[in-house]
Amino acid sequence: MSGAAWTPATERRLRVIAPVLVGLAGLALWQFLVSVVGVSDYLLPSPAAIAQQFAEFGPAIWQAALITGPNALIGLVVGTVLAILLAALAARWHAVDGMSAPIVAALAVVPIVALAPVLNSMFGSDSQFGRQAIAALASFVPVFINTLRGLRQTRPVHRDLMRSYAATGTQSFRTVTLPTALPYLLTGVRIASSLAVISALVAEYFGGPRGGLGSAISTSAATSAYARAWAYVVAAIVVGLIFYLATALIERLVLRRIPVGGTQ
Amino acid sequence: MGAAQAHQSTDATTGPDSVVVRGVGKRFATKTGDVSALEGIDLTVAAGEFVSLIGPSGCGKSTLLRLIADLDSPTSGTVEVFGKPAARARRDQDYGIAFQQAGLLPWRTVAANIALPLELHGAGAAERKARVAELAELVGLTDFADRHPDQLSGGMQQRVAIARAMAERPRLLLMDEPFGALDEMTRERMQAELARLAAETGAAVVFVTHSIPEAVFLSDRIVVMSPRPGRITDVIETGFGKDAARDESLREAPSFFDRVTAVREALHGTPVPTTGREQR
Repeated sequence: MSGAAWTPATERRLRVIAPVLVGLAGLALWQFLVSVVGVSDYLLPSPAAIAQQFAEFGPAIWQAALITGPNALIGLVVGTVLAILLAALAARWHAVDGMSAPIVAALAVVPIVALAPVLNSMFGSDSQFGRQAIAALASFVPVFINTLRGLRQTRPVHRDLMRSYAATGTQSFRTVTLPTALPYLLTGVRIASSLAVISALVAEYFGGPRGGLGSAISTSAATSAYARAWAYVVAAIVVGLIFYLATALIERLVLRRIPVGGTQ
Repeated sequence: MGAAQAHQSTDATTGPDSVVVRGVGKRFATKTGDVSALEGIDLTVAAGEFVSLIGPSGCGKSTLLRLIADLDSPTSGTVEVFGKPAARARRDQDYGIAFQQAGLLPWRTVAANIALPLELHGAGAAERKARVAELAELVGLTDFADRHPDQLSGGMQQRVAIARAMAERPRLLLMDEPFGALDEMTRERMQAELARLAAETGAAVVFVTHSIPEAVFLSDRIVVMSPRPGRITDVIETGFGKDAARDESLREAPSFFDRVTAVREALHGTPVPTTGREQR
């Protein structure tokens, strides 16, 4: 009832303040459970202990993030580029679509845990390539599926128009097909951005060179340094969020520049 | 008298006919077998002539327009545009086209939408800019050149589409119910504007419509079609002549109502009771 009385400005402020308050309350409850109720440290380290580890191992965490982050970024970029190229071919030639559909379906269900050890031993223990390849593979699927869907959204009236202009295939693709597909493509990239980080991280669990957030988490946990493991987890969350927010921002900027609705 | 004037307007033109359709048929394959959309169509549109295609849904009027535009191919017969096969005329950009949906590219501004055909055919930036300014002026959208289509009303969007169709100064305009989605008042205003544009540019127009008054108001000749299979049942000359002002006075003229009645009778296939005509 009181909600109806809030002014838009208040509502905007509440939208920011409310989740922050809920988060702080959660942390306080967590700290209370550990230090007062006495939940054992190896089950759940307290937020304070994690923060302390985060500060103490700051440089090490930064170094680890500098391995995982770029791996995920390279994977995301390569996977996205390949997905767009293949989607363009599949949209253009039915035969390519028929050939690629089962392959993409197979790629979509490849478990990272199964592929990571194989690639790591293929490319040796000093190469990041296996991890980047896994991130690329994980990024490929959502970008491909969304882009292909977008490339098929071209409206019949636009297709007729381009034919009446005797436009070449390349011209039609550039002026109508690709801009129509762009919102779909960007959604695919946004979904892929989180997947790229998760896959790059998980791939580090299964051999390959030392270093990276995933390795650090498993090493810390193996040596019973639970608070430190959690500090690395926090860093992994931050990296994932940065990827997600960056792609969401790109999506928003591009879509603001090219309105897509409201025409007959 | 009407017929004499119509002759005058067609005789005055020189050069090849804009459109010549000979013995055209079109069949579509469907799940339940072939459907004949058009059968035995013969139609000639003189240079500078305004011809409307009118008829109930499914009479093939839009299909006929698409054949002239070479967006579809006829199953039998030939379509010539300015003496060339339709496909050649399309590649040579001999016509401009507008559809019921404005079909603007929503990510382009009004100016960039009008410039689209010029851009595709390699016109220079300076030439494009000048021509777009001219066209925006022609359709009264100079102040809206930098807007995006979603900021325009339906009528304004359709004006952009017409400006775009006229970008390359075609001598033939093909229009498929361009005002079909507009409200009546906007529609009448757009009709008057189109009549002015067609007269100023001297372009021939093939105009598909559902509306009898619209066809009578705009046309030199009205081609009446009937469905299953789509064919031409009647051709009515309006006989207003090229010089007749297409304005409100025409809409209230007795000759206008005469032609409306004639087209209605042709569409229904039976004479409408004469009392209706006498009162007018």
